[in-house]
Amino acid sequence: MKIVLKNLTKRYPNRNRKIHDDVIAVNDFNFEIPDGQLVGLLGPSGCGKSTTLNMICGLEKPSSGKIFFGEDDVTELPPENRGVGMVFQSYALYPHLTVRQNILFPLENRKGDDRLSKEQMLEKAREAASLVQIDALMDRKPRELSGGQQQRVAIARALVKMPRVLLLDEPLSNLDARLRLQTREEIRRIQRETGITTVFVTHDQEEAMSISDSIVVMEAGVVQQIGKPQEVYDEPVNLFVAKFLGTPPINVFEGKIKKEMLYIGEEAVMEVPKLPDQEVTVGIRPEGFALKEKGTLSCRLSAVEVTGRDTSIVATHPACLSPQLRAIIPSESQVTGRDGFVSFDLKPAKVKLFDRVTSKRIW
Amino acid sequence: MEKNNRKAWLYLLPALLFLGVFLVYPLFDVMIYSVEEGYNFASQTFFGMGKYNYAYVLRDPYFLQALKNTFILVIITVPVSTGIALLISVGLNSIRFLKEFFQTVFFLPYVTNTLAVGLVFMILFKKTPYSDGFVNLIIHALGGSSVDFIEGPYWAKMTVMCLYTIWVVMPFKILILTSALASVNPDYYKAAKVDGTKNLRIFTRITLPMISPMIFYLIITGFIGAFKAYSDVVAIFGTNLNVAGMNTIVGYVYDMLYGDSGGYPSYASAAALILFAIVLTITCINLLIRKKSVFSS
Repeated sequence: MKIVLKNLTKRYPNRNRKIHDDVIAVNDFNFEIPDGQLVGLLGPSGCGKSTTLNMICGLEKPSSGKIFFGEDDVTELPPENRGVGMVFQSYALYPHLTVRQNILFPLENRKGDDRLSKEQMLEKAREAASLVQIDALMDRKPRELSGGQQQRVAIARALVKMPRVLLLDEPLSNLDARLRLQTREEIRRIQRETGITTVFVTHDQEEAMSISDSIVVMEAGVVQQIGKPQEVYDEPVNLFVAKFLGTPPINVFEGKIKKEMLYIGEEAVMEVPKLPDQEVTVGIRPEGFALKEKGTLSCRLSAVEVTGRDTSIVATHPACLSPQLRAIIPSESQVTGRDGFVSFDLKPAKVKLFDRVTSKRIW
Repeated sequence: MEKNNRKAWLYLLPALLFLGVFLVYPLFDVMIYSVEEGYNFASQTFFGMGKYNYAYVLRDPYFLQALKNTFILVIITVPVSTGIALLISVGLNSIRFLKEFFQTVFFLPYVTNTLAVGLVFMILFKKTPYSDGFVNLIIHALGGSSVDFIEGPYWAKMTVMCLYTIWVVMPFKILILTSALASVNPDYYKAAKVDGTKNLRIFTRITLPMISPMIFYLIITGFIGAFKAYSDVVAIFGTNLNVAGMNTIVGYVYDMLYGDSGGYPSYASAAALILFAIVLTITCINLLIRKKSVFSS
C-alpha cells in the first residue's frame, strides 16, 4: 500500500499564552512512499518526525493537508479504521497479559462478521509469533522477557491484524548496542517477508541508513531531504543534512574560494573549478582525509585512536568550527606526526562546500 | 560491623521506646485483661483466669447488635464507596475543563471536621419541631410521607449511617484512584485505540487491571476503617448509641470502659480482641484473593 502525504502540516497552539503564534511541528510535508518500502524518518528530537508518524497513524489530526493510503483518503479516519499497526517506543505491551493474550488483543476487538473463531485467532497469533520467532515465549508475561523479545512481541501484535501500513516509533532506542544491530536486521527481514509498507522514526542516523529503502531527514518540522541513504549521504543538500548523517560526523571548517582555489585558513587545499570567489563553509567527511607528508592541510595532532579496523586521528585546526576534527584512515598507515603536526591531502569527492549564509550546498 | 549495629539500635531507641510503651505494652495488657475474670477496676483485683469475658461479650445483646451494625456498615459502604470513587475518578481523569475545581470539591470532606459534617447530616436528616429536615422535604415533594432518620426505624438510621460513611471515606479513595489512573502509561491507551478497542473493553481489560493494586489497597484499608467505625456514628446519633441501637464494636468497647454502664476493662478488652480477630481474618482473606487476581508489575 503506497502512502501519500500531501501538504501535511501540524500546528499546536503555543503553550506560552502570551505568544499567539502557533508552534509548527510539521510544515508542508509532501512525500509519496511507494508500496512495500521501508522508510526512515530521521531527525533530532523535536523535529516533528514522531508527530508525522502519529498523523499517519491517526492518533493526531493534521491541521491541514491530506494523507492517502493507496487511493483512499484516510485523513479523517480514526486509527482503528485505517488498518495501521503501530509499535510504540515503550512497546506498550499489556503487562498483565501473556504474550499470547497480547497478540490476540487486536483480533479480539473485532465485532460481528470480522470476528474470527477462537481457533482462527490462535492460528493467526501463532503465525505472527513465528514470523518474529517468539513461538516459545507465548505463555510468558512481558516482564519475563528481554527488551529485544518484548520488541518482537510488540511487532507481532502490530502485524497480527494484517495492517496495510506498519509504523514503528523509535523501535531500537530501548535496546543495547548488540541487540540493536540484531533487531534492525530483524525488522528488515520481517518487512521484506510481509511486504508491508513500513515507516519508522529514529534519531539515530546509522539505524536509518542501514535498513531503509529511503530516508527522510527533518529539522524543525521541515523536510530537508528525501532519498536513498547513500544518495543523501553523498549528496547532502545543505549543511544540516551533511552534519546529521555519518558517524563520526563530518568535519566543518571555515574556508574561502579565491581564483577557483579553496583555502582553509591560509592553506590552498583543493582546486574548485568554476566557482566564484566567496566565503564558504567546508565539510570534510572523516574518510576524506589521506595521510601524506607535506599534504595540503596540516593540523595539530591530539591523539591517535586505534579501533583495529581503522585508525582515527584526532587533531585540531584553527579554522575548524568544532574544537576537534577527526580523520579516519586505514589501519595499515603509519601516523608519523612531525613536531606534533600531521598533514593530509583531501579526497575531492568527500569534500562538500556550503554557502556561508544560506548553508545550501554549492559543491 | 558490631559497632555499627549498636549505633543503629541507639538511633532506633526513641522510636522503639515510644512504640513499646504506647503500642506493644497496651497490646499485651489488653490480652491479659481479656482473660482476667471478675476484674475490679477500683481494687485492681480479679478472681481468676479464663474465657468467661469472651463468653459474656458474645452473649451480650448490645454487643451482638453492635456486631450486626458494624457488619452491615462494612458490607455496604466498602464496595459502594470504592465503586463510586472509581466512577468519579475515571470521570475526573477524562475531563479537562474545571478538573482542578472538581478535584478540590471532591476532596473537601477529607479536610472537613467529622463533627461539623455530622451536623450537616443532622440538618439534612433530622426531624425537629420546626423542620422535618431537608431530605424529608424532598420526600414530601415527591409525594412520600416523612421518615425520622435520626430517631426512627432501624433501616432509616442505617441508611443515614451508610450514606455518611460513604461520603466521608470517598475523598481519600478518589485521591488515590485519580493518581493511579494518571500514572497509567498513555501508550497503552494509544495502542488500544490503534487496535480499535472499544472504550468499555479498554476500561475492563486495561485500566482496571493496571490500577487493581490500588483498588485492592483501598478495599483492605476500607474494610479495616469501616470495622473501626465509631466517631462518625457519635457525630450523628450522639453518645447513647446502645439506646439508639446504632452502636458499633468500637463504640461497645468504649461504653464498656467509660460509658454509663462502663468500668469493665475485661469485657472491653475481650470485645476489642474479637474485633482484632475479625479484621485479621478479613485481611488475610483479602490478601489471598489479591494474590490470585491482582496483577503486580
